[in-house]
Amino acid sequence: MSIYKDAKYQDVPFEEKQKLFQEVKDDMRWESVMYGCYECGICVAACPSARFYDFSPRVFAQVMGREDVDTFYELLNDSVWDCSQCFSCTRCPRQNNPGAIITIMREVAVNHGLSSAKKALQAYSRIIYKIMSTGTQVAPDMLQPDFFPDWGPDVKDVSDNLDVWRRAVPPETMHTTELAWDVSEKTRLELYMIWKLTGNLEMIENIDEGIFMILEEVMEELLEEHGYDIDDFENVLED
Amino acid sequence: MSVATAFPPKASEREFVRKGKPPTEDYRELLFELEAKGELEIQRVPEPYVEVETKYGRKKKIPLEFTWHHKSCGQCGHIPGYSTAIFWLNRKLGYEYHDPRDQTSCTAWNYYASSTSNSAAQAAVAVRNFAQAKLDGFFPMIHCGTSYGHYKEVREEILHHPKLRDQVRKIMDRLKMPFVFPEEIVHYSEWIHVVRKEIAEKQVLDFSDITATVHPACHYHKLVVEDAIYDRELYDGQRTAIVTALVEALDAKAADYSTWHDCCGFGFRHILVSRDFSRSFATIRKIERMKEEANPDVTITHDTGCVTTLDKSQFSVQAHGRNVGIPVMSDAQFAALAMGAHPYKVCQLHWHGVDMKPLLEKMGIDHEKAWQEFEEVASRLKDNGNEFMTWEDADA
Repeated sequence: MSIYKDAKYQDVPFEEKQKLFQEVKDDMRWESVMYGCYECGICVAACPSARFYDFSPRVFAQVMGREDVDTFYELLNDSVWDCSQCFSCTRCPRQNNPGAIITIMREVAVNHGLSSAKKALQAYSRIIYKIMSTGTQVAPDMLQPDFFPDWGPDVKDVSDNLDVWRRAVPPETMHTTELAWDVSEKTRLELYMIWKLTGNLEMIENIDEGIFMILEEVMEELLEEHGYDIDDFENVLED
Repeated sequence: MSVATAFPPKASEREFVRKGKPPTEDYRELLFELEAKGELEIQRVPEPYVEVETKYGRKKKIPLEFTWHHKSCGQCGHIPGYSTAIFWLNRKLGYEYHDPRDQTSCTAWNYYASSTSNSAAQAAVAVRNFAQAKLDGFFPMIHCGTSYGHYKEVREEILHHPKLRDQVRKIMDRLKMPFVFPEEIVHYSEWIHVVRKEIAEKQVLDFSDITATVHPACHYHKLVVEDAIYDRELYDGQRTAIVTALVEALDAKAADYSTWHDCCGFGFRHILVSRDFSRSFATIRKIERMKEEANPDVTITHDTGCVTTLDKSQFSVQAHGRNVGIPVMSDAQFAALAMGAHPYKVCQLHWHGVDMKPLLEKMGIDHEKAWQEFEEVASRLKDNGNEFMTWEDADA
């Protein structure tokens, strides 16, 4: 039970919180990201997210160090997605890496399909799809004035002239509008194999079933075209 | 009664000399040990290379040519003049390079932004790219600061976790590709750093009136810190020398500002789905500080997200009367302009948000004539749907 009277998620069984906490600590990266906390606050002073959100990298280090499972669960659901992943917090004199602690926590949240993770990534599914299906994630055709109205009138200029302006770029690999560069089919195929062999698709299924289904269909089609059966690629991490 | 002494000395008189052993392990020793055990294959830095000093005094080899250009999604997708300028510099300096199609991004957006990936997938993506570079006969040169930082993290994980190595080996066996890792992880800005004098020798524009602020990219110098280039002649060796050394080599003034260590506000998820945060941080903590403390003509950085965030965040905050209006570009574009690259055909500055015209005028570039030249090529391409701008067009 939390030490705080107004603690959130009191309805979630402690055992469930403990299980997720232990998953973070069992991650192979754990031993090199958390050593103890002086509570000096250098990480907070360096942190961009701490300036604009109710967010503190120091709290992550302290809570994990103290094994405060209840507060861990709150962080896992509430502020874990505010981190900017800039790793300015690696200025820590104790060599902690709060940004990396947060990376591991986010993976645990995604693996368990927490509703807070689903919500945080709701508007993000297009990027996930783009990366996993093409191997590049920031495409020229993303520059749409409707999506980036705050980026100024140049976005509309790019969007209006996209086809010609992309052909007016000298490197031959960059005459693309839907991809950042022209990724060969062979390479996309190899990427799909990696997603299957590492259980990465299952992570997507936990967080966005719709994107998972589209991805699997796209990948299955390409693998089949090249004489592969998608079911042959079992998760090697489970061995 | 105590007597006042001159200790501590004034900052300008201090000399920072690192003594004793570096506090971090030497990744090369560990890599070579694994190679000796037959666990993986190391791709050596090809000659000719230049050795430079890194944060804790170790030397790092930076190849001059035969480089395999690991492109950046954000650069190629939204700032195409960034990647183009890197290639243009290689061509003008006469260095052989390869621009591959058999390359994926590091996919670290799925790692740092959404965490919808895992260590094995990320390591396998990295090693697949490295294996392809080796098969192509060129050495990886990473364009993106995040890919550079992330691949260094992957290297640490591979070095210290036998289980991960086993997993990667199994995956690479299924892909029928070798388990290759490069001797050094090299960022393109490190290459620009080591060829900066060659660039300066070919400089055709006078930059002596240009004042530039520098934003060092977080994933360059904050992730696996010991791999970043430092120089005792710059900032007393207390800050990475990358980018600043180029600015100075081109005779521009590198102006300091108090929030140099802050990130740009990119935030991965934030730049796409929480842009109020990115915009606020970029303008309040970075651009306004630069304006008030240095009033630069331009700010130069060396990573994808930094150019995008610092540049694009400046438009809408004008509605709130914020003190903004600093053009933003990469070190590659800045260097290319100095060497006479076309501002639109090579540096593609029309993809940037902040008005570049005052800067171009100060650099002595006739931007109206340059835009007309670009439009002539664009008009030709519009009429011929199968045509592309060639490198010859770019220099015409």
